[in-house]
Amino acid sequence: MSTLAAVAPTTKRVSIGASLRRNRRWALIVSYIFLIMFAVFFLLPPYYMVVTALKSDAEMARMATNPWFIFDGVTLDQFRILLGQTDFLIFFKNTAIVTVCVVAITMVVSILAAFALGRMKFWGSGMLATGIFLTYLVPDTLLFIPMFQIVKSIGLLNSYWGMVLVYPTLTVPFCTWIMIGYFQSIPKELDEAALIDGAGHMQMLLKIFIPVALPGIIAAMIFAFTVSWAAFVYPMAFLYSSDQQVLTVGTVTSLIRGDVYKWGMLMAGALVAAAPPLVIYAFLMDYYIAGLTAGATKG
Amino acid sequence: MADVTLRNVVKKYDDVVAVSSINLDIPNQEFVVLVGPSGCGKSTTLRMIAGLEEITGGEISIGGAVVNDLPPKDRDIAMVFQNYALYPHMTVAENMSFGLKLRKFPKAEIKARVDNAARILDITELLARRPKQLSGGQRQRVAMGRAIVRNPKVFLFDEPLSNLDAKLRVQMRTEIKRVHQKVKTTTVYVTHDQVEAMTLADRVVVMNGGKIEQIGTPSDLYHHPKTRFVAGFIGSPGMNLMPAKLESNGSGLKIRLSDTLSFNVPESRAARYRGYSGKDLLLGLRPEHITETRGLENGVGQEFSIALDVVEPMGMETMVFFRIDGTEVCGRVEPTAAKRSGEIMQLRANLDHMHLIDPATNEVI
Amino acid sequence: MADTVQPWNTASLPGVASAPAKRNGFQLFMRQRSTIALMMCTPLILIIVCLIIYPAFYSIYLSMLNKAQTRFIGLSNFAFLMSRDTFWMVAEQSTIFALSAVFFKALIGLITAHLVNNLPVKGQRKWRGMLLVPWVIPLALSTLGWWWMFDPTNSAFNYTLRSFGFEGIPWLSDPYWARFSVILVNVWYGAPFFLIMYLAALKSVPEQLYEAAEIDGASAWQKFIHITLPMMHNIIAITVLFSLIVTFANFDIVQIMTAGGPRNMTHMFATYSFLLGIRSGDLPLGAATSLFMLPILAIAAVFILRGVRKRGREIG
Repeated sequence: MSTLAAVAPTTKRVSIGASLRRNRRWALIVSYIFLIMFAVFFLLPPYYMVVTALKSDAEMARMATNPWFIFDGVTLDQFRILLGQTDFLIFFKNTAIVTVCVVAITMVVSILAAFALGRMKFWGSGMLATGIFLTYLVPDTLLFIPMFQIVKSIGLLNSYWGMVLVYPTLTVPFCTWIMIGYFQSIPKELDEAALIDGAGHMQMLLKIFIPVALPGIIAAMIFAFTVSWAAFVYPMAFLYSSDQQVLTVGTVTSLIRGDVYKWGMLMAGALVAAAPPLVIYAFLMDYYIAGLTAGATKG
Repeated sequence: MADVTLRNVVKKYDDVVAVSSINLDIPNQEFVVLVGPSGCGKSTTLRMIAGLEEITGGEISIGGAVVNDLPPKDRDIAMVFQNYALYPHMTVAENMSFGLKLRKFPKAEIKARVDNAARILDITELLARRPKQLSGGQRQRVAMGRAIVRNPKVFLFDEPLSNLDAKLRVQMRTEIKRVHQKVKTTTVYVTHDQVEAMTLADRVVVMNGGKIEQIGTPSDLYHHPKTRFVAGFIGSPGMNLMPAKLESNGSGLKIRLSDTLSFNVPESRAARYRGYSGKDLLLGLRPEHITETRGLENGVGQEFSIALDVVEPMGMETMVFFRIDGTEVCGRVEPTAAKRSGEIMQLRANLDHMHLIDPATNEVI
Repeated sequence: MADTVQPWNTASLPGVASAPAKRNGFQLFMRQRSTIALMMCTPLILIIVCLIIYPAFYSIYLSMLNKAQTRFIGLSNFAFLMSRDTFWMVAEQSTIFALSAVFFKALIGLITAHLVNNLPVKGQRKWRGMLLVPWVIPLALSTLGWWWMFDPTNSAFNYTLRSFGFEGIPWLSDPYWARFSVILVNVWYGAPFFLIMYLAALKSVPEQLYEAAEIDGASAWQKFIHITLPMMHNIIAITVLFSLIVTFANFDIVQIMTAGGPRNMTHMFATYSFLLGIRSGDLPLGAATSLFMLPILAIAAVFILRGVRKRGREIG
């Protein structure tokens, strides 16, 4: 400090000012450099999948050209073949049916339970809430063996309705957990105002709490959708005929004819299969993220 | 200990000017309070002194050295925040010693300073507790302790008492004054409460809209406000501001408040006001200068009668509110002399303490 | 002479709200409330009991049967597994996979969260959106993409390496490179989750604490150690434990890219139990394999629960 006073203030100040501001700008530039590096790392595979899906088989066979770019012209052939000559559309249909059913079931079950656990104190509600959280920690790879036996004995093996039965184990615990948090954050006075206005519990749920907790509900729906769409373990273990298969397993296993991997078509398939979650994400990103963080931050 | 100087300090956020051209000289050991309504730029100015905001224009010097581009830690300042900003996972002792540990002070010295500050602030038994176990007032003291142990050149306070309830605020005000008398460090204190400003400050800087309205001792600001804003802001309850017309009355001046009410302007002021004769002005008169008649001897002030609107007994005195031509005016009377609401009471106005304000410039004449 | 005492018949006295009747109504209301609540929870309880708890116990029972499921053989399956070298490789790989993947995911998540948080607020949303993409694409499909990039004949990575003069890398055919590749894909997929969590946690630290530390003289690193980490340590613990569970039980990546090979070096508990239980048809053996995950999961679950409870107290 004293040296500053000794030296002529004006000139010294300009250079210190410049260097401090330069330091701050440097820090920002370095941040951007690292961020760009991470972005490249994260976005490289999807980029390459798109490039491959738009390439012709011929160009891929010619291994001399740089695979990261398209040189022989963009083509939609891969998509044409995918949609016209494979079972892909069947997979898509099956997945869509399963997902819609599972989301519906999940929402009904979760909303009812979350409302009861979040706002209505009754004996055992604390234990049940903890229990739900614990069951979410039980992975599907632990349950799929016994479930195989169980589903087989019901006769739903190799049927996508078996998926509808089993997927809720993946979605219901976490969705309930998310929504308990949202329902709890609605102020208690709303209950009392509604009671005074003469509403019964079901009416309170339908007319007041669901509209108010809508962001949480949307977030939970997105979560249930994404998990159902991407499920792999159960269909891998339980489904083996093409007409019952879902997108994830179908794209990965059934699109391979003999020993020939038609990568262009595979990538096209992967992209189309990944499209619905990506589209939802693009439009509803905030709800998507809210669903993820709600689980942890709402305790 | 050091002095603080602000020269032409400006702060802009994009195109919005938050603080425009502040000039302020704070000598060593002075307790200066920046006071003003929300958004007047006082906190921004304080944060520029601290180094938490970049200075758009002008210079700030601490101890003779320009500090514009020094980061906060090199300015040798300590700050007490409105929300205390205590580190929640550290004990009181650790909170207070954090800054010293970072500066690699020897352990013995740290302990000595912490104990000393704790003694000054009476928080010695709290040293092992965590912030969430403390009350608001205790947390505020710890925040002050954290500032004291650093032995900085300047203390900065950013509305430290705003989060406390009224009674606690009064207590802590006295605490702060006591600490300043003991520790005698240059202090810059920001508040929106003019009572705090008046009781704590050696000098008060009244700010409004990013500019300084007036700088002066509390007494200066109280008795000799320079602008309409300062006149109305300082004092609780505030100064009465009544539209009036200055008239010539033979060799003297009269100030007319309504068709029925006018006062003679004291001779001492006549010279100053003569140039404004015939104009529409504002008469400023503090409530304590509108009193009951108190017998006839003193001869100070001019009497008038008026119907009372609202009467507020305050214990020690009673506030009477009445209207002159639609403007509400307040007076302070002895509780025993006060009439009731709706009744007519005789009051005495002491015009030796009058102020005239030109509405065109909003300045006190 | 008997006084005729007319018993109070509340029903016949209109408008008289007698105390006993009112209390009964109130009790009925109270009982109604909890029964309604319980009824609303029934579907959930059904799902949990029938589809999670029952199968879990059934798995234990199943693991103690012979292959044809005709006899009860006690712990033979477990003993058999533990005598096989392959099994111990599976255990080793699962542990290495889980620990290293979670470590790197958390590290990258923490670094990127800080980087994004330092940006001007307007740009943060865009960057966050871009960086979360790996998490949004269904894992099976993005694994397919990685597989294509690792493909022995056509690997785009190897093309680039060769154009710089290096040799191609046997991403999936060499056991140790295969382990690396599998971990890499998992880190790629999981890091964005940590980014989102840590970004939210960073934003919840009050700005004034940093300002106070700045005045106290803390450098950026010291602020991180003394303020950021302590304030975030609970959420770091929760996310790490949570990810340990999920990563430990991972199936998709290994199954698709290597199917456990080469030479069974990339097998995890999940893929190995799939191989034994479904592919080879020995359901009890598969069950036994997957049950080895239980102790780890249980321990992690206990710690997570404690962490979540503590966080609930901190917030509430």
